Amino acid sequence: MWHSIIFWILATLCVGCALCVVWQKNPVVSAVFLVGSFLALAGLYLNLSAPFLAAIQIIIYAGAIMVLFVFVMMLLDLHHPLDLYFRFTKPKLPKAIALGLFVWLLCTLILATAFPLALPESSQGFTITQIATLLFSKYAFPFELTSLLLLVAMVGGVVLAKKK
Amino acid sequence: MLSALLLFPLLGFLINGLLGRRLPKVAVSIIGCASVFISFATAFYLLIDFLQSPEGWREITVTLFQWIPLLGVDVSLKLDSLSLLLVLVITGVGFLIHLYSANYMEEDPSLARYFSYLNLFTFAMLLLVLANNLLLLFIGWEGVGLCSYLLIGFWFEDPEKAQAGKKAFLVNRIGDLAFLIALFLIFTTFGTLNISSLKISEVAPGQLQTLTMITFLLFIGACGKSAQIPLYVWLPDAMAGPTPVSALIHAATMVTAGVYMVARLHFWYLLTPFSMTVIATVGIVTALFSASMALFQNDIKKVLAYSTISQLGYMFLAVGIGAFSAGIFHLITHAFFKALLFLAAGSVIHALHGEQDIQKMGNLKSKLPLTHIVFLFGVLAIIGCPPFSGFFSKDEILWFAFNKNPLFWVLGLLGALMTTFYMVRLFTLVFYGSARKESKDHLHEAPPLMALSLILLALLSLGGGLIGVPHSLYAFFKMDNFLEHFLNPVFIRQLEIIHEGFSEYGLMFITITVTLATALWTFLTFHKHQGWAEHLKIKFSKAHTVLFNKYYIDELYTFIFVMPVKKSSEFLLRFLDKGAIDGTLHGLGKITTLSGTGLKLLQNGNIQTYALGLVIGTLGILLYVWSMFA
Amino acid sequence: MIPTVGYSHYLILSAVLFTIGVFGVLFRRNLIIIFMSIELMLNSVNLALVAISKFTQSPDGQIFVFFVITVAAAEAAVGLAIVISLFRNKQTTAVDEINIMKG
Repeated sequence: MWHSIIFWILATLCVGCALCVVWQKNPVVSAVFLVGSFLALAGLYLNLSAPFLAAIQIIIYAGAIMVLFVFVMMLLDLHHPLDLYFRFTKPKLPKAIALGLFVWLLCTLILATAFPLALPESSQGFTITQIATLLFSKYAFPFELTSLLLLVAMVGGVVLAKKK
Repeated sequence: MLSALLLFPLLGFLINGLLGRRLPKVAVSIIGCASVFISFATAFYLLIDFLQSPEGWREITVTLFQWIPLLGVDVSLKLDSLSLLLVLVITGVGFLIHLYSANYMEEDPSLARYFSYLNLFTFAMLLLVLANNLLLLFIGWEGVGLCSYLLIGFWFEDPEKAQAGKKAFLVNRIGDLAFLIALFLIFTTFGTLNISSLKISEVAPGQLQTLTMITFLLFIGACGKSAQIPLYVWLPDAMAGPTPVSALIHAATMVTAGVYMVARLHFWYLLTPFSMTVIATVGIVTALFSASMALFQNDIKKVLAYSTISQLGYMFLAVGIGAFSAGIFHLITHAFFKALLFLAAGSVIHALHGEQDIQKMGNLKSKLPLTHIVFLFGVLAIIGCPPFSGFFSKDEILWFAFNKNPLFWVLGLLGALMTTFYMVRLFTLVFYGSARKESKDHLHEAPPLMALSLILLALLSLGGGLIGVPHSLYAFFKMDNFLEHFLNPVFIRQLEIIHEGFSEYGLMFITITVTLATALWTFLTFHKHQGWAEHLKIKFSKAHTVLFNKYYIDELYTFIFVMPVKKSSEFLLRFLDKGAIDGTLHGLGKITTLSGTGLKLLQNGNIQTYALGLVIGTLGILLYVWSMFA
Repeated sequence: MIPTVGYSHYLILSAVLFTIGVFGVLFRRNLIIIFMSIELMLNSVNLALVAISKFTQSPDGQIFVFFVITVAAAEAAVGLAIVISLFRNKQTTAVDEINIMKG
């Protein structure tokens, strides 16, 4: 019962914030709404008994990545009049048709798949220990690869953003 | 030991070929000559070794490495009496010719290239005779063909000479193709290409037909390499190369490869009398035919070229009737005297600054005394005047031929007479009579190295026959037929002849008398009356024209083979190449350009259009999944 | 009465968030907002993964989310660096003005 109530509240919040993100004129405001959306998602993760992910969702997404966005926006001079008054690009019709078809098909497919309605109440989810064990045993190689990826991204970011 | 034989010429080739341009000319010559000389010394050491060991032990087989294990092809070398003799000739005569070249080619700017080709040739030829595997033999076979091509076209700036190289290569190709087909047949029939195994493998009666096919095809290959009818046309043109090359490749060694191959595979030829008959017939016909063509040639090298073809015909006659060691004997003596004749001719040409027309020479006896003497030796050897080497070998062949079929003997004698006529004519016109060339001054005798090799070859031409003194002359020379005994273990069976004293002496007497009479008559006639040829020309104008134009064989081949190829090539060029292939290619190019121009519009640089493409693609995937559900 | 929530609800929510992200990518002019939309799309997929992880009782889904977050961080770093250097050259963040790749 509580589970469902929490879901509806958080889902509404999340979709609302997401819509604001794509609708807002000012990117800074968009960023704030995006943080809201991320926080709602973290709540949903908790609701799905994934506390570890909820934690890193808040730390990395709402913390690190969004801060990065805000920093970049501060670096750039975004108060260009055209950017503020023309939010959307043309042409709109073909994109709208494609998008409509897309969402319709996606939902049809999900509804066509017969998922059990009730979530197993008994399940306690996975502990951090379990996830860590898996991460350092079965997924040890991909895990090490991500460190390489981050290094490459770091070097790439420095090289790209450096002044000539 | 065996690999050392091959190694040094190869090393010489590599050094001269890769570094030769940077080395001084003296070093190039020394490397070129020394590599062959070391091989010769090794071969000589092996000869002494062989002579000291009992007959059954005179064979060395070395397997260097596996080459194609799937086909059982190894790089294995085999030295027996036969190949040892060939190796001695190749390296011995080859060395003398290298030595000669060091002087003869001194002025040439691409001396290093010349010597590297020459060493490569020596290597390939040694590989050919030492190979214990038909595929390896084929490599040597192709290798000498390649070197021949490279050396005929050595002065490739002259298109005519490059053309001659191409002609030799293409004509050889016909023979090589037959050889290759024979190799395939051998492999499918016997399952191996190893000569030693083939020699001892049983031939079922049912396989005889295939074997006849194989031996016949192999002989076609030999025809190409050894310039027999109908594939002889390349050899006269091959005289475009430097004269020492003609001496080494187109007289002494490479062209004898066919004879060697037949002798090497004699165990099959003995089983296939049909191929033997073909060989003997082709041999004698070639001997006569090319001798007749040589009668009225005016180019000193062309005369020698036709005489080479003719002598090769004698060798094939010998192996064709089963007298293998007689054929090999003639091969050896021919290598001596023909190399000598070519080198002496080279000396004449050198002295006359490139003049090759004998009608323009004359009275060189006093100007070039040494060349005159050695040339005389060569002529006496080739016409078979005792005790010169040619006498013994030619006489042996004629004696065997007489025992096989007297007709062969008559034709052989006729060929010998023609040989006498054209050789003496050549000799007389070059060295006697009055000088017919304007610039008589700058004549110079052969330089020291050339002279040395000429003298050595002259001695070999004189004494070379002693290795094969016939049994009937034992009383006179106190020597038995060394060569026949030496080669005996190699050949399973040879033509058996009974040595009846009288008829052999009789034939010998007839041959010598007739030959010497012809020689004397020719000499006196041409000496007294140089225009005598003109006289003959008018008298038998038709025959002369036919002979002078070499029976129009070249024209015939051009008409039969070259023209259709050219015409069909032109047709293919116009319709297939220009129309179909070029059309297709240009069409493809146009389609690409047009579609590129069209598709360029999609590439508008706007990320959101690309993102729309992504969405549409995802839509497609979703539709597909949906269709799986529905 | 509040309807009972099942897996389909989570997946539908994920689909809706994804579509909003796609909308942002397709329609917005501002490059930074497009980036944010991409982050939104990544998060919607994460939500689906977590829900399915719960459904299958397997922790693999959560590990995947972990990796996706890592990749997203890397992507954001490089992407924003590109935005900066683009802005430095073109003085704009409007996508329809950036078409130097036009064929």
